[in-house]
Amino acid sequence: MSPAILFLLALGLALAGWLAARARAWSFRTAEPGVRMAARPTYHAWYVALWIALPMLLFGVLWTILAPNLVNQAVLASPEAASLPAFGFQRDTILSEARNVASGASSAVFNPKAQALVEPFREAMTRYAWIGIAVSLVLAFLGGAWSFLKLKPDFRARTRVERIVMAILLLASLIAVLTTIGIVVSLVFETIRFFGMVNPLDFLFGLHWGPDPMSSAENPDSSRYGAVPLFWGTIFIGAIIAMIVAIPLGLMSAIYLTQYAAPSMRRWVKPALEILAGVPTVVYGYFAALTIAPSIRDIALFFGASNPSSESALAAGLVMGVMIIPFVSSMADDSIAAVPSAMRDGSLAMGATKSETIRKVLVPAALPGIVAGVMLAVSRAIGETMIVVMAASTAANLSANPLEAMTTVTVQIVAMLTGEGSFDHPATLSAFALGFVLFLVTLALNFIALRVVKRFREAYD
Amino acid sequence: MTVIHDNLEATEAKMRARDVNVYYGDKQAIDSVSIDIPQKYVTAFIGPSGCGKSTFLRSLNRMNDTIASARVEGTIELDGEDIYKSGMDVVQLRARVGMVFQKPNPFPKSIYDNIAYGPKIHGFAEDKDDLDAIVERSLVRAGLWNEVKDRLADSGTALSGGQQQRLCIARAIAVDPEVILMDEPCSALDPIATAKIEELIDDLAGRYAIVIVTHSMQQAARVSQRTAFFHLGKVVEYGRTSDIFTNPLEERTKDYITGRYG
Repeated sequence: MSPAILFLLALGLALAGWLAARARAWSFRTAEPGVRMAARPTYHAWYVALWIALPMLLFGVLWTILAPNLVNQAVLASPEAASLPAFGFQRDTILSEARNVASGASSAVFNPKAQALVEPFREAMTRYAWIGIAVSLVLAFLGGAWSFLKLKPDFRARTRVERIVMAILLLASLIAVLTTIGIVVSLVFETIRFFGMVNPLDFLFGLHWGPDPMSSAENPDSSRYGAVPLFWGTIFIGAIIAMIVAIPLGLMSAIYLTQYAAPSMRRWVKPALEILAGVPTVVYGYFAALTIAPSIRDIALFFGASNPSSESALAAGLVMGVMIIPFVSSMADDSIAAVPSAMRDGSLAMGATKSETIRKVLVPAALPGIVAGVMLAVSRAIGETMIVVMAASTAANLSANPLEAMTTVTVQIVAMLTGEGSFDHPATLSAFALGFVLFLVTLALNFIALRVVKRFREAYD
Repeated sequence: MTVIHDNLEATEAKMRARDVNVYYGDKQAIDSVSIDIPQKYVTAFIGPSGCGKSTFLRSLNRMNDTIASARVEGTIELDGEDIYKSGMDVVQLRARVGMVFQKPNPFPKSIYDNIAYGPKIHGFAEDKDDLDAIVERSLVRAGLWNEVKDRLADSGTALSGGQQQRLCIARAIAVDPEVILMDEPCSALDPIATAKIEELIDDLAGRYAIVIVTHSMQQAARVSQRTAFFHLGKVVEYGRTSDIFTNPLEERTKDYITGRYG
């Protein structure tokens, strides 16, 4: 039973139910002319159609999750499965080989033991497929019959339909929220496992970062998991260098666009700036690694630096700052434009010049919005990976010299997870702890930014 | 075209408008207006909505400059100097011709900083004591000092509507203007706050030339000595307030003040 067939079946049955229910609702009118219907026939139709389709689809989702397990259990219970090796990994390989052949995903098996299991698999799959179809048909029938019998002239089908639609919408929003919670929970679990192996204090305050995936997992050296150099690299690149670029440029471009630019100018500069926000960060990464980083090295050489690195925090930070400009500028733009023009007029009418008005009235009044924009930009910058991966190396380095190679939290997460390491090893698990810290920090920044924006909205509405 | 009463005593004109036309794009909002704004009097502009009285008021301190499509023709003089001549310093002009708006618009700063804003940008105060004195004097003149003297650091936006408007008047006074333009200053206020503002206008009248745009004919009658009736972008009639309200020469003026339209 493929999900597509079930889906089409549900649609077909729902359509049939829809037509039948509408005919039935119309018949109330022909049977008793002048009867006052509580809802239009279409609502009766939708009511029945939803009652047919929804149970079927919900069951279908449930069944596609449950059926493979049921199939596996059935196969393992069969006499052919008795000869399977007890060791989990080999056993799983054989089982999945047999399953793939049975479902037609692959044509032949390597392991002769799997061959014997193909037939039981095929059998169990067919059986459970038929059970699935049968149950969903029964559900559709029950739902359809139950709802169809409720149709009466005074049945308030519209309110019911609207309630069902509302429930569907609620479900949709819950899925997004639940996914987020699920992600956080899984992150927390792995983080707790990590802190079971490495002392949290060493992690949060240690100054040396050098996890060795090849070392023994049983007795990890806590002193190699000091994340401070990573936090420092993240802050230095994302929150300091990038912001030194992004805040003044973003703010000035917002002031120019809202206060000085002619409408025709604004019409094309603003979208052009917003396009910057849509450039994939990998492209910025190329730019940073291939153009900016080498020229920074050359400039450093020119000024007599000895042996400057070709990967530098400065290159990554500069390019990241450029990437962030549209965030700062569009938030600042919005909040400056939201300052009531009465403020501007009030200031101008006192004989203030345009620039005095901007500096002393507009920007201070728009400050909460600007601050919020900067915070969102910072949280975006410290979560950024690609630019730093490409331009700032993976060497953890606790230094205030922007010309040195540095690494950030996100880069180390990538480095730890893409290695050969197993998921039992603290070096791999450290990625989750780093991710968790990053998550908390960006969450806090976004939270503060939203609060600030909210207060700012209340001030003028 | 404009009927100007001939019983006006010869006063010194602080501002003098001659054949002023104002356009918004292609639309003409003001049609050859020529009137004098006398020194030390309160002049009221009355007329139905959209008659151009606010537009004309805003052209007296060139606030129309902030509207890109607005264009002004004719001459407006302040003490004999054309304010639309090229090379006119708009910043200086607006320091001399202050303005109070329809909706109170205090800056989202402290009460003190609201008042100190103008003196600071114009460099009136030599030191902190000077500035304190200006702030106090302005608030006293605006009749707000006793209400706010203990909370000068509070935000200006936290005051009540009437207090905010008096704060805006105090702010305008603080730069020591010669003319104060008021664009329906009471339309957003309750009757008690309105009465306070009217009282304040009376107090200020001897010191500044005041021009007030108002929708309320009672208000015009209460606070002003001169009234100009605007209709469809023209000044229909201009004279002593008492004459305009009791003895209008023009049929349209009579219709308006007796409430037949507007």
